[in-house]
Amino acid sequence: MARVITSDEAAALINDGDTIMVGGFLGIGSPGTVIDAMVKRGVKDLTLVCNDTAFPDKMTGKMIMNKQFKKIIVSHIGTNKETGRQMTAGELDVELNPQGTLAERIRCGGIGLGGFYTPTGVGTPVEEGKEVRVLEGREMLFETPLTAKVSYLKAAKGDKFGNLRYHATGMNFNPVMAFAGETVVAEVDELVDFMDPDDVHTPGVLVDYIVRRGR
Amino acid sequence: MDLREKIGRRGAKLFEDGMLVNLGIGMPTVLSNYIPEGINLTFQSENGCINFGPAPGEGYEDPYLTNAGAMPLSVLPGAAYFDSATSFALIRGGHVDATVLGVLEVDEKGNLANYMVPGKLVPGMGGAMDLVTGAKLVVAVTEHCDKKGNPKVRKACTLPLTGKAVVDVILSELALIRVTPEGLVLEEIAPDTTVEEVVSKTEANLIIPADGPKVMEY
Repeated sequence: MARVITSDEAAALINDGDTIMVGGFLGIGSPGTVIDAMVKRGVKDLTLVCNDTAFPDKMTGKMIMNKQFKKIIVSHIGTNKETGRQMTAGELDVELNPQGTLAERIRCGGIGLGGFYTPTGVGTPVEEGKEVRVLEGREMLFETPLTAKVSYLKAAKGDKFGNLRYHATGMNFNPVMAFAGETVVAEVDELVDFMDPDDVHTPGVLVDYIVRRGR
Repeated sequence: MDLREKIGRRGAKLFEDGMLVNLGIGMPTVLSNYIPEGINLTFQSENGCINFGPAPGEGYEDPYLTNAGAMPLSVLPGAAYFDSATSFALIRGGHVDATVLGVLEVDEKGNLANYMVPGKLVPGMGGAMDLVTGAKLVVAVTEHCDKKGNPKVRKACTLPLTGKAVVDVILSELALIRVTPEGLVLEEIAPDTTVEEVVSKTEANLIIPADGPKVMEY
């Protein structure tokens, strides 16, 4: 069974300097109530693994405005000018990953693989410092897995066993992050006693805590 | 016809019936307005959707259903949702037939730079690096010159690359240029330009076909 906790309790699972993963794509499919609680708690020097930093007034963008990160591992920062400003000012370390590489690094981290070779990024700044090997007749880069102390997910529906169901493009990075966090918290719009097993996208055994949206 | 319509109309004719297509944000999306009759395409949005339709009417938006630019979408019969790893498995795995992307610089080797200007503009690559690596047909659409009049089709890119030797076709308001192992072939020019004008506005060396380029049809 997953324990139902409040957003404040979810935010208290991390301390200064921890690495977190946050689901969502430009904030769609991000756990907004838990993010607001993290902003309120104000933990600092976090490392964020997320697709992007959303917008200044939305989701992980609020944590950027609150200067809670020392490093972010993302594919895109163009929608939040403050992220760019902090990077240029040397206040924030930004590691840009190709989006598919980011998803796969998270997937690897959660499924017990030691990394993977990909043709994406060959001959670009992404190649710097990485092993390059010719496989299948093609140059490929070695990419390492990513994990986090806590993964914060968002699902449309959850049950008391922790089973999750996402909706539409709100799914995005959530299912892979469910595997890659030492502790996994899912914020849900709707909490039910149990779900039809056919409806489950993320099996509940991966989910430690459930937060109800707005609580 | 303005520049976008010219590029949109000609670019849309590059697609073949049944293709799975991913259009980048900005100018590339214009192509979807001009898909010729009889050509049925399936569109992918890399944030996790296939077979989406136009923006829904006001009041019908689903906050969980957007494109990769966070704008509301509708879905068509046959649509499917999937997670980001699956979305990029489709892209990197060669299951996407064509992608259309914008350009900061593109060069004689088919190198593309479109994701950053060091110290000035660093939005990030998003899905672009995977798209140029995995899609079977990579079309780079661009104004022929930048706002200061500098050529964007260069001998060699000076900006950090999005992909090395990845572009198949360069399409501007003036020309359709194909990237070949021999170099850039000027296959078509717009009806309102000349080979001389295109050559003068292109830094890269252009190979002119023996019987001259065709005149672009919209």
